[in-house]
Amino acid sequence: MRQFKDNLLRVLIWLSAFLSVAVLVMIVGFIFYKGIGLINFNFIFGDYSPDGGGGIWPMIVTTIYTVLISLVIATPIGILAAVYLQEYAKQGRLVRLIRFATESLTGIPSIIYGLFGAVFFVTTLKLGMSILAASLTLTIIVLPVIIRTTEEALKTVPRSYREGSLALGTTKLQTLYKVILPSSMPGILSGIILSVGRIVGESAAIFLTAGTVAAMPDGILSSARTLTVHAYLVTQESGDIELAAAVGIVLIVLILAINLSATYISKKFNKATNK
Amino acid sequence: MSIPTTNKQAEEIGKANKRKYMLERASQRVFLLCALLSVITLLLIIGFVFYKGAHPFVAEGYSFIDFIFGSDWVPSEDKFGIFPMIVASIYATIGALIIGVPIGLFTAIFLAEIASERLAKIISPAVQLLAGIPSVLYGVFGLAIIVPFLQDTFGLVKGQSLIAVILVLAIMMLPTIVTVAETAIRAVPQTYREGSLALGVSQIGTIFKVIVPAAKSGIMTAIVLGLGRAIGETMAVILVAGNSLIVPTSLTDSVRPLTTNIALEMGYAFGTHQEMLFATGIVLFSFILILNFVLAKISAKGGS
Amino acid sequence: MEQRKEASIINVRDLNLFYGEKQALFGVDLAIQEKEVTALIGPSGCGKSTFLRTLNRMNDLIDGVKITGDVVIDHENIYRSNDVIKLRTKVGMVFQKPNLFPMSIYDNVAYGPRMQGIKNKKELNIIVEDSLRSAAIWDEVKDRLKTSALGLSGGQQQRVCIARAIAMKPDIILMDEPTSALDPISTLKIEELITNMKKDYTIVIVTHNMQQAARISDKTAFFLNGEIVEYDDTDNIFSTPQDQRTEDYVTGRFG
Repeated sequence: MRQFKDNLLRVLIWLSAFLSVAVLVMIVGFIFYKGIGLINFNFIFGDYSPDGGGGIWPMIVTTIYTVLISLVIATPIGILAAVYLQEYAKQGRLVRLIRFATESLTGIPSIIYGLFGAVFFVTTLKLGMSILAASLTLTIIVLPVIIRTTEEALKTVPRSYREGSLALGTTKLQTLYKVILPSSMPGILSGIILSVGRIVGESAAIFLTAGTVAAMPDGILSSARTLTVHAYLVTQESGDIELAAAVGIVLIVLILAINLSATYISKKFNKATNK
Repeated sequence: MSIPTTNKQAEEIGKANKRKYMLERASQRVFLLCALLSVITLLLIIGFVFYKGAHPFVAEGYSFIDFIFGSDWVPSEDKFGIFPMIVASIYATIGALIIGVPIGLFTAIFLAEIASERLAKIISPAVQLLAGIPSVLYGVFGLAIIVPFLQDTFGLVKGQSLIAVILVLAIMMLPTIVTVAETAIRAVPQTYREGSLALGVSQIGTIFKVIVPAAKSGIMTAIVLGLGRAIGETMAVILVAGNSLIVPTSLTDSVRPLTTNIALEMGYAFGTHQEMLFATGIVLFSFILILNFVLAKISAKGGS
Repeated sequence: MEQRKEASIINVRDLNLFYGEKQALFGVDLAIQEKEVTALIGPSGCGKSTFLRTLNRMNDLIDGVKITGDVVIDHENIYRSNDVIKLRTKVGMVFQKPNLFPMSIYDNVAYGPRMQGIKNKKELNIIVEDSLRSAAIWDEVKDRLKTSALGLSGGQQQRVCIARAIAMKPDIILMDEPTSALDPISTLKIEELITNMKKDYTIVIVTHNMQQAARISDKTAFFLNGEIVEYDDTDNIFSTPQDQRTEDYVTGRFG
């Protein structure tokens, strides 16, 4: 009987693993199979044309804009917030409150961020549907990610570094930017890179805050579409699966590059600390 | 009483050090401010969404009960009932969990305990990569492959359906569940395995009696994260849901979950209609809070 | 006895320390003489390290620590002054395990002076060389000053740590079991170094190794359960201890 149960479970495990891998391979395979025909220089670097046949350069530019703006704002705030939580705060109600808020922000689905962005940044702050409004919304989305990864990175800095530095008559601030932050920089960097992935992959929140204008943005106050929103819209509106898949290839390659660089940096980091 | 000290005691702190202490205090305030920003944004989000969403019920005389249990959503006729969407969201989430969790968990077990080191080293990073793929692409896949497949297999007029949503969400949560659960299972100390195997328990018995219980909290985290990804998903779901405003009675019914309702109509909604979309957001939000709470309770119970 | 107290550089009177509710030091009185090596011995958990860390206010880093009593260093009551920076530039510290930063050897030694605002390259070069010479490690590292300090052996790292403390030109150097993580040969080198250093510095060293205390210190204080049981010339402590507990400890009956 036990033998039978063991065997049944073993079969189920193999089957599940096979199924997972098969489905995931199928998705990537499908996207490459469908989209690869469209990929060429003009597709990536050409201007968009509503009649089809044009490129996705405006969407790439918009995506880059949103990544840069959100990171420029979220990175310093996130790092300093993490520094406060790890290095300065005394455990107590305030820290618990901040932690609770950060965790709650992580759990909010992006459509709610989109709602908030639409009413706060777009309407109340009168930014309109724009790259800036979307980027500010994305800033809030990635802030908890950066805070958490930075905190983790700061935790790996040995206490003896802090003591060693402070015992030499330095201030906490000096210790922080001369010893602690440099030692945790690789960890912080990989957190930032992960945030890039999150921003590039986001769709609902951007859809509600940046709008859907398919043209090269004039500036950060223009409405525009990112790659993911473009992939969504061409599927939803014109059912153009090939085009969506081709955008998908660009996205997957981007994410792959992002992940590889994060892995590379953290590997390098481990080597440096084990030395 | 105390040891006499010279006037040096009262001597002012050196000028250079004084500046350092001032910088120290100022910087600490800046850090605190940054940390408080997440509290402020959370309050802003809750404030704005709740203010907007509660307005129709508090100030305009709409009934909250009718909103939750009403089955007609016709904004042009001032009818706002989201019962079909609530049901659709609950079914879709539970369905995705039923399919995604066991398969994901078994796959994680396979990678951590059964697969050869070499095989795991190929599959795990690939799965990890898939966790980062924009969810829209899962929707595109669903529309292009799953929907036509359902249409043909079951002879449906329209393949966009509850089951299509469930399948897309289950697939989407797989990489998250597999990756996090695999890490948790690998973290179980080797001594547990050896201890159990030495008692003559089979490998499979060891996995389910010793290792999985030991990795329970990590597995729970995996499920919560996977669930979070599924329940909040919007754009991929729009593509495969069909978006009909009916209470689903069968897996092949076209549905409109809460998230899609917001995204589909936010673009042109104004006034009460827009506020009702915020109210939909509140319901979604509460839904997630309740689910997380229930899951936390389940995992706490399992622990005792 | 009284006269000696006048010459003492560190004067501790009725020092009590609490970790939250728990008291860890009880009414410690101690006068430490200038340019001598004072050893603090006792079983683990007796409060000797905690006491050492009150002398440069390192315990301030721990949440919930409360201190009463007086610690007067060079006529300044350090718990009444708020200038911790000044205190720590005057009172250096060497830790149990070498804790060099992940920078070059040069940058490690120059770290403290730089943070004090010394930027002149020539001046820094001189400080670094002098400090490394004083720590008897110059010859071993002079050709690799720009390489990572973490590539050195444990014993070398600890001597660079001492150089790093010396670079601040402190009056007092606190050492918290500085050889406990080292092999016997490295330990011997550090002990020699300490003996040579006392002509320039006042050294307070915590050690769990009684032979080490006997070899290198002039005075020894025996700590037990957060109190000083006995404090006297090292020779007396080891040959004719006044307290039965001291005798039991130094003869190895417990600890």
